Amino acid sequence: MARILKKEQWSDTIFSMLIEAKDVAKASKAGQFIILIPKEHGERVPLTIADSSKDEGWVQIVFQVVGKSTLELSRMNEGDELYSFVGPLGMPSEVEKFSGKVIMIGGGIGIAPIHPIAKTLKDLGNHVVSIIGARTADLLIMEDKMKEASTELIVATDDGSKGKKGFVNMVLEELLATEADNVDRIWAIGPPIMMKACTESAKKFNKPIIVSLNPIMVDGTGMCGACRVTVGGKTKFACVDGPEFDGALVDFDELMARQRQYKEQEQKALELYKAKEGLA
Amino acid sequence: MAERIKPAEKFKRDRVPMKEQDPKERVKNFNEVPYGYSLEEAIKEAQRCLQCKPAACVEGCPADVHIPQFIDKIIDEDIEAAFKEIKITNALPAVCGRVCPQEEQCEGNCVMNKKGKPIAIGRLERFVADWAREHGIVDEDIDESQKKGKKVAIVGSGPAGLACAADLAKLGYDVTVFEALHKPGGVLIYGIPEFRLPKSIVNYEVEQIKKMGVKIYTDYVIGYIKTVDELVEEYDAVFLANGAGAPSFLGIPGENLNGVYSASEFLTRSNLMRAFDFPEFDTPIQAGKRVVVIGGGNVAMDAVRTAKRLGAEEAIIVYRRSRAEMPARAEEIEHAEAEGIRFELLTNPIRVIGDENGNVKGLECVRMELGEPDESGRRRPVPIEGSNFVMDVDNVIVAIGQNANPIVARSATGVETNKWGYFVADEETGKTTHPKVWAGGDIVTGAATVILAVGAGKKAAKSIHETLSAQ
Repeated sequence: MARILKKEQWSDTIFSMLIEAKDVAKASKAGQFIILIPKEHGERVPLTIADSSKDEGWVQIVFQVVGKSTLELSRMNEGDELYSFVGPLGMPSEVEKFSGKVIMIGGGIGIAPIHPIAKTLKDLGNHVVSIIGARTADLLIMEDKMKEASTELIVATDDGSKGKKGFVNMVLEELLATEADNVDRIWAIGPPIMMKACTESAKKFNKPIIVSLNPIMVDGTGMCGACRVTVGGKTKFACVDGPEFDGALVDFDELMARQRQYKEQEQKALELYKAKEGLA
Repeated sequence: MAERIKPAEKFKRDRVPMKEQDPKERVKNFNEVPYGYSLEEAIKEAQRCLQCKPAACVEGCPADVHIPQFIDKIIDEDIEAAFKEIKITNALPAVCGRVCPQEEQCEGNCVMNKKGKPIAIGRLERFVADWAREHGIVDEDIDESQKKGKKVAIVGSGPAGLACAADLAKLGYDVTVFEALHKPGGVLIYGIPEFRLPKSIVNYEVEQIKKMGVKIYTDYVIGYIKTVDELVEEYDAVFLANGAGAPSFLGIPGENLNGVYSASEFLTRSNLMRAFDFPEFDTPIQAGKRVVVIGGGNVAMDAVRTAKRLGAEEAIIVYRRSRAEMPARAEEIEHAEAEGIRFELLTNPIRVIGDENGNVKGLECVRMELGEPDESGRRRPVPIEGSNFVMDVDNVIVAIGQNANPIVARSATGVETNKWGYFVADEETGKTTHPKVWAGGDIVTGAATVILAVGAGKKAAKSIHETLSAQ
């Protein structure tokens, strides 16, 4: 169970893996996530499902190396087994056939989780306009897959090395300036600061926007409350009430503060691991 | 064989104390606090038992442990026989011997209470289970000819699920347990700290249950990967024992600041994820210089004692009623006191105060006094006006109870829940409103004790067996 079937490195820090997980693949729906533990001493790492195949029995995860756990995961190889892999978790995206267009925004590593939602929406017959962005061309992932999952695809990079120059929220705002009337729903997934900016843009045009939150999590089944977020003034657990919420109601500043909770410890663990493994 | 002493002698003898780690030392480690009895100590204590018929102690035991019989075998110095006597009804003796509230159950009913201290039944049970484990004594194999050819699914591998699984396996059912976490044991693994219940002991008893043929699938969240409705299709009976599992918060300002934990999160990080070994283990935990735990139950005691061991210079219990109303076991409170835990009783938190980075720096509280009794029969705490004060704290841990976790329930068509989301189940049988579904443990009663969950698991097993054998 939970064997790494395929591993790809997409940039210096971004990796994709197909994990053998028949039952998870069979049950998973767009918008849901998994939690894995790379090795026995590891922590529980939540990752959104980027793709899955019921027939072949795998789930795709895409992750960026930021700390010890993701570094250790990135150093595992095809054929290796993960210590633990559980899913699908969280509420699936509420997808339907809208009369107008839907806009799907994926920022950085957030392109991976936006992909299955875009794909599902397109399969339902929606007109899907996707905006995907990254800091620079090298960090842009899943362009082909997103093209397939969208009716129209717009690419943006912060430095202009590919597609439009600028942030995805600026592209969103331009789009809404001309097409707001035709847009029924927006999804945005990426770093909180990006989701916050997109939410501000959507608010200007009074358009509903769904965001997918990635707070620190432990069990992922509503038992511990580590992932609590404030939505519309109420405390919600991202793992069972979400991970998707109405962006207009999310307290992003609190989310960002809570994500920084273990920064010091994480740094220390990363340095110790690198020293132990002889990594630069 | 040790001698059997006369009743008059029995009354003269004191209860044999159990040696434990020095409080000054134990606050620096996670090793178990009590050392357990030696064989000599166990025999000496066993000799005090009056061997009452009928036995009041057994009536107080939700697991129906054959108490006088197993104690008698200790006097015979036949610990293997004592172990087998216990195992007839209880698959988790090393666990129950440690964490049962014996003072309210078996020992609470002990006739010796009238003349002194009750027989240390819990300590004797623990002794027998530990001895059997150390000597590699295992329960007899399941009689293959007893196989029923019927399948039972159990949701949750905590004490209720395990007890039910063991009893059904013994009766010849094909039992499969589904566990959401990556390790079986439920609250025994994620909730109860190592210093009170070593994980190696839980693992051992779980392994014994697996040896009886029980299959345990970890990393399997019923409600997501498979619904209860699907289990009902695939199995002859389903027992829902998924635990209460959704932490309550106080609803006071500042509760989402960094450094505020639910007790479940704090204990899960430390116990299941071994954060106390960070960075050897990857899960981090914070326990600053001053840690406040809000609540007065066993979970609060576990959390505050864990905080102390994680290095808090001051670990404080804040509880809104007085010591007399504290729901924690007396022994837990005494252990906490011996370890230097500070108790701020008749004190209620009203606001968590943060710094500019969103981290906890203080807790505003108000002093309380006890007024008229409320619906629980306990005197209601009433705030004393103008008594507000602020404590400087680095962490706040909320241990005020649980709500029903919705995941399992929302995938169980036809299984009625009450207005708080708990399953409605018959207390004696565990039967729910669905003919193929039973439920028991915290997801029926709300947060309770390990032994009540064991009892619920056993009752459900009995009822499932009766129902399936009548088919």
